[in-house]
Amino acid sequence: MTQQKYMTINGEMVAFDDEKNILEVVRKAGIDIPALCYYSDLSIYGACRMCIVEDERGNIMTSCSTPPKGGMTIFTNTPKLNKHRRLILKMLLSSHCRECTTCVHSGNCSLQILANRFGITDVRFDKSGKAFKDEYKIDLSSKSIKRDPNKCILCGDCVRVCSETQNVGAIDFAYRGWNLEVTTAFHEPLGATECVNCGQCVSVCPTAALTVKPEFDKAWDAIHDKTKRTIVQVAPAVRVALGEMFEMETRNVMPLINAALRKMGFDEIYDTSFSADLTVIEESEELLRKIRQGETLPLFSSCCPGWVSYAENRHPDLLPQISTCKSPMEMFSSVVKEDAVLNPGLQLDPREPYVVAVMPCTAKKYEAARDELSLEGQPRTDLVLTTKELAMMIRQAGIRFNELAPEAHDLLFGMYSGAGVLFGVTGGVTEAVIRRLISDKSNRAMNNTQFLGVRGLEGVKELTIPYEDREIRIAIVSGLKNAENLIRKIKSGEIYYDFVEVMACPGGCINGGGQPIANLAERQERAEVLYADDRLSEVRHSEGNPQVKVAYDRIIKDQQHRLLHVHYNGRRCEG
Amino acid sequence: MRILVGQGSCGIASGAKKTAAAFAEQIRAAEMDIPVDVTGCIGLCYLEPIVDIYDDNGKMTRYTKVTPDTAKLIFDAHVAGGTPYTPALIPAAGQAFLDKQTRVVMKNCGIINPERIEDYIASGGYRALSKAIRNMTSDEICDVVLGSDLRGRGGGGFPTGKKWVQVKRQSEPVKYVVCNADEGDPGAFMDRSIMEGDPHKMLEGMIIAGLATGAHTGYIYVRAEYPLAVHRLKIAIDQAKAHGYLGDRILGTDFSFDIHINLGAGAFVCGEGSALTASIEGQRGMPRVKPPRTVEKGLFEKPTVLNNVETFANVPEVILMGAEAFKSIGTPKNAGTKAFALTGNVNNTGLIEVPMGTSLRSVIFDIGGGVKNGKKFKAVQIGGPSGGCLTESHLDLPLDFDSLEKVGAMIGSGGLVVMDEDTCMVSIARFFMNFTQQESCGKCVPCREGTHIMLELLDDIVEARGTRETIDTLLDLGDTICATALCGLGKTAANPVISTITQFKDEYLAHVVDGVCPTGQCQAYRKYVVDEDRCVGCGLCRKVCPVHAISGGTKRTHKIDTQVCIKCNSCVSACKFDAIQII
Repeated sequence: MTQQKYMTINGEMVAFDDEKNILEVVRKAGIDIPALCYYSDLSIYGACRMCIVEDERGNIMTSCSTPPKGGMTIFTNTPKLNKHRRLILKMLLSSHCRECTTCVHSGNCSLQILANRFGITDVRFDKSGKAFKDEYKIDLSSKSIKRDPNKCILCGDCVRVCSETQNVGAIDFAYRGWNLEVTTAFHEPLGATECVNCGQCVSVCPTAALTVKPEFDKAWDAIHDKTKRTIVQVAPAVRVALGEMFEMETRNVMPLINAALRKMGFDEIYDTSFSADLTVIEESEELLRKIRQGETLPLFSSCCPGWVSYAENRHPDLLPQISTCKSPMEMFSSVVKEDAVLNPGLQLDPREPYVVAVMPCTAKKYEAARDELSLEGQPRTDLVLTTKELAMMIRQAGIRFNELAPEAHDLLFGMYSGAGVLFGVTGGVTEAVIRRLISDKSNRAMNNTQFLGVRGLEGVKELTIPYEDREIRIAIVSGLKNAENLIRKIKSGEIYYDFVEVMACPGGCINGGGQPIANLAERQERAEVLYADDRLSEVRHSEGNPQVKVAYDRIIKDQQHRLLHVHYNGRRCEG
Repeated sequence: MRILVGQGSCGIASGAKKTAAAFAEQIRAAEMDIPVDVTGCIGLCYLEPIVDIYDDNGKMTRYTKVTPDTAKLIFDAHVAGGTPYTPALIPAAGQAFLDKQTRVVMKNCGIINPERIEDYIASGGYRALSKAIRNMTSDEICDVVLGSDLRGRGGGGFPTGKKWVQVKRQSEPVKYVVCNADEGDPGAFMDRSIMEGDPHKMLEGMIIAGLATGAHTGYIYVRAEYPLAVHRLKIAIDQAKAHGYLGDRILGTDFSFDIHINLGAGAFVCGEGSALTASIEGQRGMPRVKPPRTVEKGLFEKPTVLNNVETFANVPEVILMGAEAFKSIGTPKNAGTKAFALTGNVNNTGLIEVPMGTSLRSVIFDIGGGVKNGKKFKAVQIGGPSGGCLTESHLDLPLDFDSLEKVGAMIGSGGLVVMDEDTCMVSIARFFMNFTQQESCGKCVPCREGTHIMLELLDDIVEARGTRETIDTLLDLGDTICATALCGLGKTAANPVISTITQFKDEYLAHVVDGVCPTGQCQAYRKYVVDEDRCVGCGLCRKVCPVHAISGGTKRTHKIDTQVCIKCNSCVSACKFDAIQII
């Protein structure tokens, strides 16, 4: 047994184990050391210099980059450190846009929070004028992400997440010194780059330099448009994160979301988990058909638009192996609008349907606008809002979210199986498909699928399940860098799978780019809440959802291919 | 007889190629058979082009400032006539400049032809490698280097032997030797001169480093603005390979070592170790946080020996003369010599090499010949933009790593800029700060934002907008930047400002409190007034003034409104009676 190691922080002994750096030890000791460029998932960058600590000899070091050593003595709050931190903040503020009142991140901006915390009320050196003029053009070219370099503090978090976690590298540093900026190659508009719209950069951005492209005005317009019947679908992962934006603990707030959406004026409130059930049925069929017919495998999942874009950009040769299933969001919109056409008399109200999707995802905004997904020349999903935008709308409407009385969904598209709601977390698609494939449909059997190796937030998981007289080999991967590594092994023949589930964001949709940011522990909590929602469902497997049968009989009929499947055209960025 | 024309970049810039061509032309015309050869820089920048004529007994006569016309006269008198052409002989001060140095690293510079390995071998070259590879174990090599107290000449002064031992100890089988030839300090050109004048010496040092640490690949990271150095390095590498000193199975042993040249794009920050290795890897040249250190994870994340040109060039000497003999040069813990680039307001500018611990006075006055134009010595900026300034009170300070650090300066890579009494120290601080803020990579906040703000504040003082608070703010910022910046460039960025404020506080105060630039260098502090006794009222100044700051009727004394005046000097140029005075 190794001996417990201790270090002294501000005179108190603190035990530590395998923490990578002093910063983690200090935070474990209950001290919130300030940092603008530190994320435990990313490489150590050491640029903001806010996390400095002092040792007993007066040496100053950044805690993020210094490994803890037994017997070490450090201080986190000396007059010297305080002076340096305040001055560094002033330096940052001197070249930062200070229009806080009109900033979308106001109240939620790391720089603003630190400036308040350290009592910065004036910035001595603000003559450069950089702080007050819009020096850089705001980039609105992306369907999902708004880029405002005037608010960038050059911490490099977005650059690292884009290349280290996602292997995309759409943005990087250019120029140097005072002219340093984060930009795309050759200053191309972001929308013309290989950006897959995953929004992980938005999640890590401490300021409003990268934000979700706001579209809530369109939602209000639709709600107040008397000719429109507003239908809203809410994705599984939204219910486990929205509460956090209202200072609630992590729990399932779907009943409160239903109540809020009704108060805001949406006409019909449904759940994307319903169409996830459709996806499970279609995707299982496709997998079994491909196995039976001996087609090239693995079959890759297709629900994640970030992954689809990545495959189109980097692995166009794999497109025939990507499932033709539309994503649950698109299946939902297809079906619900088809219903309005086929069965006008059954509608709650006869006005023109307008489908709003509330998603944990920024890439869904891009997906909704894809040509391949429109039918009769019209997109089926009219508007995508992220979790964060929904929170803003709730606030705008003056709704006290945490005081709402819970309400239920509408029928018929509000009913879902436990399998459908699992889509919100990595491994969920696979678990749902497995539930479709196994013959024992008892709820006891459904409880047991969790032990097959599908759960957990590891970036790569693999498992083998028996099916009839053979085995099905499955890989579950989240984070595009992990996906890239896996694909290379598959292509080289090093490993073989029948089915691969890919989610662009680490941990899946619970950690999507449209969600409030979450560290690993918080992601774990979100996942647990989704699993609880599954356990509490009467129906745990997709084909057991009675409304799925209704949808097939009444709406889909023989139109499966048109309504539920799609062939993507391939490489979208021609730059 | 043999004629040698110094053709480093400096010589060539002064016209040495034309001089060499003139000699060749004369020789051809006279149908004689005398070789006109190339050599590197001897260090006497202000006397270029320099020509050495060796007679058949090997006696050398040195001519300076040899233009093609002078070349013809020298040819007629000396080469054809046999008597030296006295008007072009090296002046006594120039000779003293050379005589008072101790040349170890640069002993071949300006003597041998750097493009011919035979010259290097004839002067004892590659004997150190041969000794090390045949008679010494890697431990013994490390021991000699460690025992010699050789310290890194790039600025930090880290013991070279210690670094090598640390790399040698790493269990990782792949290791690298990297030579930092990204010399970027304004006014520093020691490394360029060594590469141009004696490239093999540095290659030999690198090969020995590989032998000592177990590395088989070396990289030279040299700035692309040094094309001649690159050219000569390439020749040297090819020749060393052809002679079996480099490449596979060196000198018939099992040891193989190869050297690649990487061109840097002229970013000052790429002289920083981790930025340099990142740049070689093809990444953006930005320093990274440490640990891990370069000796553990350097180039391509492998253990790496990173030394600069001058350090590697010292290695063959250390191996040949042994640790004790090497230590006998210089002062304790500061063994050997150091090359300095002596520039600024000094009579003899150029490249010098002196034992560590030589006094500043000796360098500036004995070798440099004192301050130009009989002016008074004011200060010397040492260590470039990372260093500090030293004043008269420091003249007897020994030039070594430790003594300089104690007074807030550093040897840096060895730039010495001498300043006379007419130099405004605020402007000097501003000059260096402008350099640093332009060369900051922009990664960490203190360096990116802080240096820019400091430059703006120095602008305030230079442009007469400063207050006492400006000086306090400068010191505040300097303190935080030094304490918190990520890399060496940032940590030392404020040094020129802090040291000038410390040494010349009164001069700063004169600017911000009294509204005077004591040296008259800061334009904003100048006042233009009309000398009433001299003004005849011709009105010429009034007509040329672009901002209508001058008033006065015909044949009446004119007046300048100092509030409106932009100090463009037009009136001074126009006045035929010297009636406009600058105070």
